[in-house]
Amino acid sequence: MEARILDELRAIVDGRGLISSPEELHTYECDGLTNFRVMPHAVLLPSSTEQVQKIVRVCHRERIPFVARGSGTGLSGGALPVENGIVISLARMNRILEVDFPNARAVVEPGVINLDVTARIQYNEFFYAPDPSSQSICSIGGNVAENSGGAHCLKYGFTTTHVLGLEVVLPDGSLVHFGGKTLDTPGYDLAGVFVGSEGTLGIATKITLRIVKRPECVRTLLAAFASTNEAGAAVSGIIAAGMLPAAIEMMDNLAIQAAEAAVHANYPDCGGLLLVELDGPIAEVETLMTNVNEICRSNGASEIRVAKSDAERALVWKGRKAAFAAMGRISPNYIVQDGVIPRTALPKVMSKIERLSQEAGLRVANVFHAGDGNLHPLVLYDRRVPGQEEAAETLSSNILELCIAAGGSITGEHGVGEDKKKMMSKMFAEPDLMTMQRVRSAFDPLQLSNPTKIFPTPRLCGEKPGEYTPHPLESAGLAERF
Amino acid sequence: MDAATQSQSTTLHSSFRYKLISFLGPDQVHAAAPADAVAGVQPKVIVAPGNERELAEVLRLSNEAGLAVIPRGGATKLGWGNPPSRADLVLSTARLNEITEHAWADLTVSVEAGCTVQRMQETLAQHGQRLALDPLWPEKATVGGVLSANDSGALRLRFGALRDLIIGVTLALPDGTLASSGGKVVKNVAGYDLPKLATGAFGTLGIITRAVFRLHPLPRLTRSFSVATGTAEETRRFIHAVQNSKLAHTSLQARFESGAGPEVDVLFEGTEAGLRAQEAHLKELSETAGVTEASPDIWNARQSLWSSLKPESTALAKFTVLPAEIEKSMETIAKSARARHLEWKGVAQATGIGWLRLEGGAKDLRVSLQELREQFERSTGSLLVLHRPAAMPSIDTWGDAGDALPLMKAVKQQLDPRNTLNPGRFVGGI
Repeated sequence: MEARILDELRAIVDGRGLISSPEELHTYECDGLTNFRVMPHAVLLPSSTEQVQKIVRVCHRERIPFVARGSGTGLSGGALPVENGIVISLARMNRILEVDFPNARAVVEPGVINLDVTARIQYNEFFYAPDPSSQSICSIGGNVAENSGGAHCLKYGFTTTHVLGLEVVLPDGSLVHFGGKTLDTPGYDLAGVFVGSEGTLGIATKITLRIVKRPECVRTLLAAFASTNEAGAAVSGIIAAGMLPAAIEMMDNLAIQAAEAAVHANYPDCGGLLLVELDGPIAEVETLMTNVNEICRSNGASEIRVAKSDAERALVWKGRKAAFAAMGRISPNYIVQDGVIPRTALPKVMSKIERLSQEAGLRVANVFHAGDGNLHPLVLYDRRVPGQEEAAETLSSNILELCIAAGGSITGEHGVGEDKKKMMSKMFAEPDLMTMQRVRSAFDPLQLSNPTKIFPTPRLCGEKPGEYTPHPLESAGLAERF
Repeated sequence: MDAATQSQSTTLHSSFRYKLISFLGPDQVHAAAPADAVAGVQPKVIVAPGNERELAEVLRLSNEAGLAVIPRGGATKLGWGNPPSRADLVLSTARLNEITEHAWADLTVSVEAGCTVQRMQETLAQHGQRLALDPLWPEKATVGGVLSANDSGALRLRFGALRDLIIGVTLALPDGTLASSGGKVVKNVAGYDLPKLATGAFGTLGIITRAVFRLHPLPRLTRSFSVATGTAEETRRFIHAVQNSKLAHTSLQARFESGAGPEVDVLFEGTEAGLRAQEAHLKELSETAGVTEASPDIWNARQSLWSSLKPESTALAKFTVLPAEIEKSMETIAKSARARHLEWKGVAQATGIGWLRLEGGAKDLRVSLQELREQFERSTGSLLVLHRPAAMPSIDTWGDAGDALPLMKAVKQQLDPRNTLNPGRFVGGI
């Protein structure tokens, strides 16, 4: 990068917010998905919306691609730097600007840590509902980019359900506001489009969140089954009985072993463990908990425990939330997958995963958000064994193909990022992807904001190799080839 | 329209009509009648394609021919929005009315845009499920129509709006593209969330041909309660007490009108034991005012604002305010209406969304609506004019769309560059 541009950027962030030495830049060369690495030219750490605007204006003028970054915990390479680009870290914009209890709103900067929102408001019996497993370190800005979920989104919804308003620096440096503290602001639901756009439409610099009153009580039940199939049948029973639990989680034996080894959650040793959480008014929850208990028993649960205290409940969740990291206890390396299937396809998909696992000679541990069919198969391997890493990657992507074939999705909460853009054309047809690209062009005609993510190719997406066919965007006169 | 203009407009489009008839057959292409007028603007042809491919093709042909297209579902809210700047062809989704899949065990439904909400709900109820939404006129309103108009009722407090319930959409774009996004599973972050973009877009970006929704179980039991709060202060106190409590109510609305004290309604859904406990809790919160069990009909209060409408002396509006300012908005409305000698009647929901009917002289209505809009906008709210007397001086439907308007226009330009769909009906002239 030219020295004059670097100087200009340095001046914007008062000299202290620029990182350009190679040793320090290494920290930023990847996110939570470490097998993709790109060194950025520089990392900027703005401390205000104005600084973000100024940085982006320079990028726009000089045609420098930029990637916004929160805490860098993403698992799809969404915050992976792009070649010849810069990274804009929002870590210093970490103030909770306003808490408005009467209207159940909080206004935060993007660098605020997810769990810190709840920490700030819990004295008044409120919480922020989206709870990705990384919530103690991930940022709200990153959650907005990825539309993060978590175990409790079964009942409470995703990040997008809880983002009511956004202040956004568009890729040309202009500042706009989507939505707000009130609902149904006139015009298109651009907040709805922005959340989950993985940093490709601009940078959120202020976020208005919906906060939620704590329910009167929370009850967590653990039920041990011989297999995930029986546990899955119990989930179907719960849904068929017309209940909407706050969370339904499932772990298979391998995942249980790993969690036990890592955090001693005192889980029963079984083939399929179900964790069901109900919340609401005590009388309601007690009645429904009895029903859940019966349903689990009638589906063959060998052991049922209800967490008796907040401490017990916290331990139950600690085991579940530590499940990914816990794999390190039972395998030197592993790939975290994130796919979604219609919940009823679970037995079929599980047996296919089992078969793929045997064929590849690699173990697969399974952790699911069972209520909404979000699977997190963890493919275990040893990098030191020649060929295993490749075999693990193949197995992992084959599992995703199973999800697509079952009518599901290639990602439920981790995002497409760099990792899954090749899979996008297996899930969506070309006109679908082109339409998304047209929306993107409205926000970012020069494709500067995280330009290489989500969509299959760095050129116009969806192009098939071989014979030349005019692209729909070309036909519409909206783009030309380069 | 005089005879000469009539004949001119018919000739102008006769070759195009011929094209449509040869494509769809004569039964699906009709000359528009006066009753087909859209906010006072007379379209020329009504076309009812039989499937989404046909719909996309008719849209493409119209776009190519430079004709303005008005998408139409059940026509229950067709008068909402600004009058179209042009209207040539009404594209009806009436024949796209299949419920393509009710995956009840997965709590999802895939449905074509022209299916009425009620018919869909009846199908879902066979498996004890529902789309947790209470829109206006469900027996006529279609899935595509409620989505485009982003209609929602009192259930929104607990279940969210359509944006929170829709998980997949297929759109026909003016260039003939049929584009899907989202999917059939509730949890899915692959690609942009275009279902949300289409929701509330008023048919200006594309025509919704299909949607997929997440479903909720029908409640085991429901109970409704009303409290005659009487004064504004007691209304405020009671709503705040309920909203700030550990009650898990499904809906809460305040009804208010000229010449009567306000009443607040609360809806509970759940098990018998749960409802008994919540009833007792609610009674504690109400303090002085009595809590009475109410008929479920009170939840029709929003729709009944349209009953026995006198079109020449009535205005209807939707307003949004901060949730904690519901009772303040009721006072603002009363003050403005009183000053203009207007009768008023309204329903304000706990989410901060309200519905208002004003009656009186056309000019007074205009002044009051404008004044209310300004006041609500000052405290981050809005006011949408849904119906106004023909004699009332014109007023924009939407009000201020904020600083993102240029971006909204850019989105429109990308998807509908020739301004074919519902031209001029949406915010800022879109």
